Amino acid sequence: MNKFILVFVLSLLPVTSFASGSDSPLDKAKNDITDQASLQRGAKYFVNYCLSCHSASYMRYSRMAKDLGMSEDQVMANLMFAADKVGETMNVAMRKQDARNWFGTSAPDLSVVARSRGTDWLYTYLRSFYIDESRPFGVNNTVFKDVAMPDVLWALQGLQKPVYVKEKSHNSDEEHEVFKGFEIVQQGSMTKKEYDNTVRDLVNFIDYMGEPAQLQRKKVGPYVIIFLIIFLIVSYRMKKAFWKDIH
Amino acid sequence: MTTDSVDDDKRRFIATAATTAVGVVGAGFVAVPFIKSMQPSEKAKAAGAPVETDISDVEPGKYKVVEWRGKPVWVLRRTKAMLASLSSNDASLRDPESKESDQPSYAQNEYRSIKPEYLVVIGICTHLGCSPTYRPDIAPEDLGPDWKGGYLCPCHGGRYDLAGRVFKDVPPPKNLPIPPHRYLSDTRLLIGADEGVA
Amino acid sequence: MVKMMTDMLGWVDDRFPLTKLWNEHLAEYYAPKNFNFWYFFGSLALVVLVIQILTGIWLTMNYKPDAELAFASVEYIMRDVNWGWLIRYMHSTGASAFFIVVYLHMFRGLIYGSYRQPRELLWIFGMLIYLVLMGEAFMGYLLPWGQMSYWGAQVIISLFGAIPVIGDDITLWIRGDFVVSDVTLNRFFAFHVIAMPLVLLGLVVAHIIALHEVGSNNPDGIEIKKNKGPDGIPVDGIPFHPYYTVKDIVGVAVFLIFFSLVIFYWPTLGNWFLEKDNFIPANPLSTPEHIVPLWYFTPFYAILRAVPDKFLGVIAMGASIFVMFLLPWLDRSPVKSIRYRGMLYKMALIVFVISFFALGWLGTEPPSPVKTNFARLFSVLYFAFFLLMPIYTSFDKTKPEPDRVTS
Repeated sequence: MNKFILVFVLSLLPVTSFASGSDSPLDKAKNDITDQASLQRGAKYFVNYCLSCHSASYMRYSRMAKDLGMSEDQVMANLMFAADKVGETMNVAMRKQDARNWFGTSAPDLSVVARSRGTDWLYTYLRSFYIDESRPFGVNNTVFKDVAMPDVLWALQGLQKPVYVKEKSHNSDEEHEVFKGFEIVQQGSMTKKEYDNTVRDLVNFIDYMGEPAQLQRKKVGPYVIIFLIIFLIVSYRMKKAFWKDIH
Repeated sequence: MTTDSVDDDKRRFIATAATTAVGVVGAGFVAVPFIKSMQPSEKAKAAGAPVETDISDVEPGKYKVVEWRGKPVWVLRRTKAMLASLSSNDASLRDPESKESDQPSYAQNEYRSIKPEYLVVIGICTHLGCSPTYRPDIAPEDLGPDWKGGYLCPCHGGRYDLAGRVFKDVPPPKNLPIPPHRYLSDTRLLIGADEGVA
Repeated sequence: MVKMMTDMLGWVDDRFPLTKLWNEHLAEYYAPKNFNFWYFFGSLALVVLVIQILTGIWLTMNYKPDAELAFASVEYIMRDVNWGWLIRYMHSTGASAFFIVVYLHMFRGLIYGSYRQPRELLWIFGMLIYLVLMGEAFMGYLLPWGQMSYWGAQVIISLFGAIPVIGDDITLWIRGDFVVSDVTLNRFFAFHVIAMPLVLLGLVVAHIIALHEVGSNNPDGIEIKKNKGPDGIPVDGIPFHPYYTVKDIVGVAVFLIFFSLVIFYWPTLGNWFLEKDNFIPANPLSTPEHIVPLWYFTPFYAILRAVPDKFLGVIAMGASIFVMFLLPWLDRSPVKSIRYRGMLYKMALIVFVISFFALGWLGTEPPSPVKTNFARLFSVLYFAFFLLMPIYTSFDKTKPEPDRVTS
């Protein structure tokens, strides 16, 4: 009876995949948050390309220095353009009202965007801008239709356009267009592989920024579990010792 | 049953002792985050970080106020006459050599400062926390003919000289405290940090 | 040394029934000796309550219950407060852990008939605890002021608007404003931090007193007090202390391992424990695509949505919880424990469990005609378990209960 219930509950575990809620296929970011060199590069890209419009107002420069293995002087010299003191957070110069006037909406704060959108979404999004003359900035995005953000990384990636192929659907003879990928129309300064790695570094940094504590959390975890297992063993032996005479 | 009961009791005792020991250690580990979380957070530490100030615009005999950790820090530029008058106060002071007062080692001298010309002192009376008034005037009516300049606390009459040292028979127990500080250049002063601290 | 301790104890005992309480409720409270796996969850619920109160107090040191500051204060705790991230995750995981433990605890009551006479009041106190716990969780969830916090609260509070005549006035009164706002946040904070925890503590005390008054049930569903030895002690009883104190400590160790695995390795548990949309600050002008309550509410949410009429849906949702209160009187079986019940009950229980999980899953999904039909089917089956119980428990072929407890 109880075994049945247990099996039933376990068989429901795959349902956890439904909870993550992504419908269109996204490329996998496959970033490694323990790779400090990658995080440092990502921080550099973030400060250079993102921080002019987006704030990251919960991320402290001094914290970033510590976690990424940089000295505070290095951070102040290379990464701080919009702040004076290393203890400050990554605020942005652009005021919200200006942003709304220029772009139609203010750029959202990116501190926890990795936790709301997910790394795969960010990784795919930053590689999915394409030329669209009908938009104010001349670009659109297959992951976020009619996005207000311009293609800030175009100089690195180059400009691309989407490629559609006519396909028949499963159950009828109707033809419809299926998105198959992008085609570079104008070369950027990086190859596709270089650009993908760049975006991976940037997304890695944004992932770290979403939860800086994850580095410490994963480090402390094993010790806690081991300690609890030791406690389980001694407490179980105590239980056995007391229950010896109960039948 | 009774034949094994002595062994059983011993087993119970050892098992209980072991579990209790591990449990107490565990409780200690668990308590650490809770206690440490009450220490100053990164935000508090950032807000309490050292403050840099430019002292080139302070005229002789005048002072400027800089806020550090929510407290007023006075940077007073003393004249030669002011510095010369300091030793004549010694007999009337409670702690002329600052033995009982709060200052970094480099400020435990006759001027209570690194550079004699500049006094860097926290402007909070050591009695009950009011902020004293700057009284550079010589021998005013309310302070008597021996007053050579200093600070008067309006709350309970505490009096300090131009090195922040407290006089005898007034309520405050100690000299005005000197914060950690260092000079980044002739004109830039960093308040809140010593040598070796960023 | 020993004499001094004994004297001190005597001094206290003359003024406060310390030894008496210790004996009555621990050292000489005789519990059945055959408690199994299902009997860990009562003490675990107490442990989780303590965890939630401790971590809750510590969070309150830094959390700001102001619509402009709340979201940022949670991130402040996660980043700037030393070990703040751990305290936060303990609290968010603890909330879900509370419901897992409580549902398993209730299920034990279900299968062993622990709600049967003379334990009806015990069951009612427990159901009241469950009700208050749901309110406590609902109010707590508004506090991070994320998108899901805001819109989940908006949806659930607006349900009260379905009440005829006074509905709109009630929702206005609950919110304290025309929409969910800073006003609502502040009062939910007051309820979540003080009012509900106090009520919860009181109910837990009542729950334990009621239990100790009649004595614990057991997996065989027989009353051990019916069989006492010459010393007046039930022959199948063992003193709660030391036997169940040491056994429950093992249960706590196992629980803490699972608890820590989640906290340190997977605090969001996909989207189940911490939702993605809640990392977006609340925006009254932008509704998320898919508003979903936390997993522990979803079965009842599915029942609500299954009914095509708003008001009747609210009634159905309320009824689905209220019907649980009636269990002691719906069950007409001559035996208490599932071990001695017949096939009718066992099948009904399997159908009920499947329905509960199915409704839970359906509650997380965006509605569709197919899913709504399934939700209706499972809602009917859910209610059938209770409403038909007087009938199938009367007709069921039961086995004779033993005189002494088995394993």
